Amino acid sequence: MKKEKGIFYRIDWILVVIYLALVLIGWLNIYAAVYDEAHRNIVDLHQKYGKQMIFIIAAILLAMITLLIEPKFFSQFANFFYGISILLLIFVIFTGKEISGSKSWFQIGGFGIQPAEFAKLATCLALAKYLAAIDINLKKPLTLIIAGVLIVLPGILIILQHDTGSAIVFLAFIIVLYRAGLTGFIPLSVVLLPLCGVFALLLPKLILVAILFLVSASVYLYGKRKLRNILIIGAVFLASVGFVLSVDYTVNKVLEPHQRQRIQVLLGSNTDLKGAGYNVNQSLIAIGSGRFVGKGFLEGTQTKYNFVPEQSTDFIFCTIGEEQGFIGSTIIICLFISLFIRIILSAERQRARFSRLYGYGVASILFFHFAINIGMTLGLVPVIGIPLPFVSYGGSSLWAFTLLLFIFIRQDSLRYELI
Amino acid sequence: MEKIYSNRKYIIIGLFIAIGLLFIARLFYVQILVDKYILSANNNVLRYITQYPARGLVYDRFGKLLVYNEAAYDLMVIPRQVKILDTNELCRLAGVELKDFIERVKKARNFSKYLPSIFEAQITRENYGFLEEKLYNFPGFYVQLRTLRKYTYPIAAHTLGYIGEVSPEMITRNSYYKSGDYIGISGIEKSYEEILRGKKGLKIRVFDVHNRDMGSFQDGKYDTVSKAGTDLYSSLDAELQIYGELLMSGKRGSIVAIEPSSGEILCLVSSPAYDPNLLIGQARKKNYKILSEDTILVPLFNRALMAMYPPGSTFKLVDALVGQQEGVLFPDTRYGCPGGFAIGDGKIVKCHPHFSPLDLPQAIQYSCNTYFCRVFKSIIDKKPFLSTRQGYENWRKRVMSLGFGKKLGIDLTGELNGNIPSPAYYDKYHGKNRWRSMSIISLAIGQGEIGITPVQLANLTALIANRGFFYTPHIVRAIGTKDNLNQEYTKKRFCDIDPKYFDVVIQGMENVVAAGTATNARIDSIIVCGKTGTAQNPHGKNHSIFLAFAPRDNTKIVISVVVENAGFGATWAAPIASLMIEKYITRMVKRKDLEERMINSNLITGKLLENEKGKGNILPD
Repeated sequence: MKKEKGIFYRIDWILVVIYLALVLIGWLNIYAAVYDEAHRNIVDLHQKYGKQMIFIIAAILLAMITLLIEPKFFSQFANFFYGISILLLIFVIFTGKEISGSKSWFQIGGFGIQPAEFAKLATCLALAKYLAAIDINLKKPLTLIIAGVLIVLPGILIILQHDTGSAIVFLAFIIVLYRAGLTGFIPLSVVLLPLCGVFALLLPKLILVAILFLVSASVYLYGKRKLRNILIIGAVFLASVGFVLSVDYTVNKVLEPHQRQRIQVLLGSNTDLKGAGYNVNQSLIAIGSGRFVGKGFLEGTQTKYNFVPEQSTDFIFCTIGEEQGFIGSTIIICLFISLFIRIILSAERQRARFSRLYGYGVASILFFHFAINIGMTLGLVPVIGIPLPFVSYGGSSLWAFTLLLFIFIRQDSLRYELI
Repeated sequence: MEKIYSNRKYIIIGLFIAIGLLFIARLFYVQILVDKYILSANNNVLRYITQYPARGLVYDRFGKLLVYNEAAYDLMVIPRQVKILDTNELCRLAGVELKDFIERVKKARNFSKYLPSIFEAQITRENYGFLEEKLYNFPGFYVQLRTLRKYTYPIAAHTLGYIGEVSPEMITRNSYYKSGDYIGISGIEKSYEEILRGKKGLKIRVFDVHNRDMGSFQDGKYDTVSKAGTDLYSSLDAELQIYGELLMSGKRGSIVAIEPSSGEILCLVSSPAYDPNLLIGQARKKNYKILSEDTILVPLFNRALMAMYPPGSTFKLVDALVGQQEGVLFPDTRYGCPGGFAIGDGKIVKCHPHFSPLDLPQAIQYSCNTYFCRVFKSIIDKKPFLSTRQGYENWRKRVMSLGFGKKLGIDLTGELNGNIPSPAYYDKYHGKNRWRSMSIISLAIGQGEIGITPVQLANLTALIANRGFFYTPHIVRAIGTKDNLNQEYTKKRFCDIDPKYFDVVIQGMENVVAAGTATNARIDSIIVCGKTGTAQNPHGKNHSIFLAFAPRDNTKIVISVVVENAGFGATWAAPIASLMIEKYITRMVKRKDLEERMINSNLITGKLLENEKGKGNILPD
């Protein structure tokens, strides 16, 4: 082999810098969220921020180790990792500790480990490996089914743990499939489906059916008026009516009460500010009270006096919103979006298909967490408890995300080679 | 094949950017456009606790406490913060029915979700104890300390007044007041409201989501200290007031006593009276309704200030003064009295039997109607005046300078002007310039359209006692400390009558008591000067009126007594006035059977009171 340039020059430093910035911001805001006058020391190991510091140090070590590992290691052992995580997911259903209704944690000493977080990473690797194989064509039904199973299997297991939030994240892989050649219709439906669902819950059934009929009719009239088209359009029409009618049933009978309430809160049909609506309302109050420049570091009255629940984990964005205001919040959002775009662009310049698809997986997973977490704090998305990557408190999620990202950075350092 | 799909990166990147922009727009909306979150935030955490200062106390002229404060507790609610786990428990603690409870919370929510409303006013001290202990279980509810007024003696209700919740009109007029505040509604409480109320303070404290007090907001930077209300020293003599109300029990009317050397009102009795303690706290609404609907006794009406009577024969004193001033009357002017004064058309102003003729002091002593009709006529018809109207206008000017016909300016609200008819009135009634002194002759003896208030009568008496001037009658003598005299009322007000004309009138008044129409007003060691009046009244029996002052020189007290529908002035008003004078000057009363007779007679129902009031028990030692 030729002597390669030192790895130092091929690491995408922009990604590393954004990563460190987010981690640091996260750490400071956890400090602010949990802060109280009696415990001012930011390195106090009994407090969350002290622990987060340990997590961060460990994460950086993990990152460095990852960068030193032979990149082929990841693609070769992808399936193995996947298998292990499936086993762990099954295992935790029986032996896991129950925390707030979901049984998704292993308790080891004073720390908890969440298999679901690592399952996301494993699935990302396995999926990328599968789709990178030669002769893979997503237009073939069998290929599609296998890819689907890869994604859905861990998802179902996580649902069995009663951690619906983490399960939903697996939908992010549709973006990867889309990039790999999946017909655009499917992602489109996935995006439109929730919207239709919302309409189905808000509008009376008769009007919905009428709208669907009009839409179908105009589609038919606009296109070629063949018999085949009538059948297709007719089938779609019936399917959508069926869907619309079933949404109501699903929401009221299938979903669990707290999930139903959260949807109702979002739609505004449940304004119970003390129950399900409480979190979102407090979140909005905290963020809204930040105004343009925020109240200042450690000066947030809402967070300081514990009005926002889960303020160091799921609702960490509230602290940012309240203390750094519109300016700070916008900066954070721009940081994240830049991260995602950078990863995508970086993925595109990979010669190896595995690296590329893996990169898309990384961006998608991170994007999904970002969208749902912040959307929830802003009252745009029903309350679904998933962390904000790199920022929320938590060892498992920080390590999983760090590995997710740095494996890609490692792959990227060989961007010009075929793996 | 890869190349085709690589364009999809644009769609994916586009999705990322779209969501990012959506979030930024939403942030803009929540943080910049809309106010409600910052408002909620402030309310969430900060609680603005009004510090209500203690209201000023009221003492009598000797330092006896008349009105003081008692603590009361209001249960407040902030609807936004309410998270109830056990409604029944809270209902039980607050003493409220569940149905009521729901309604009150709804009402509070309709008023404002973020601002506190009163949930239950004036909780008893016992309930407060139980409630305070458990209140941490009920976020959104807290207790606010208030003060209520209490009255040491059940007297002077009209004068002291009472406080109640401030009305919405007042709130819009004066931003100092918030809904639920108390304000003086009548009496001293009202006219001295700004001095008595002190200044509210504000403490801003921080509370967390569990309703725990986390301390002062920003170390109390925005807190303001409350200032306690200023005490008032009223001019009232509590003992005298108690005695006066006792004497007037079972009668309608009033007693006004003034210290002429200062204008300080020693007692202000309006009967029937009521116990001021009835109108405090939670019982007030119920009791006020009962009192205000009593159309027979009309106890809420302050007769000393708000009732107008014809002065009757007491007005002859005015004739005597004005007549001398106008030069148509002298101490030795004599008029014969054939039993009445003919005014034409066969009509006669009758007079009662007495020897004849009388000079001025005797005319006063025996209260001769004829004499004063003639005096009045000569004042009106005096030569330099070209018409009755002119003469009348002049007369009116003199009379009004004696404190009649317009408000004296007492420091209580509700004072009437009284009425000395204007010439225009007679023009309208009789036709322009078609009236003569004969047409209005009843004014001479204090009948007709003349209206005076008991305060004005007392004031006239003070004027006479002082021989020509008076101080505006007032009820509060000092503000803050005993010696800080009420500066508004220290100015002498002179009338149009020369001081030298008073001696003969005083002489006459002395004789009234010594040997005239009011001998039952005599007191052993004190020289009392007085004048009876019997005011005719179209609604029933005559009103009994008496003016007096004592001692004749270095006068300590002047007094006017009006007893409605009681007959002759001498029968009721004079003895009452005399007893009051004796009580005030010697501090005890020797004429026990007279006293007993006055106390126990009920002129309203005609029945003898048999210790009904029991007010004798509250005489202080």
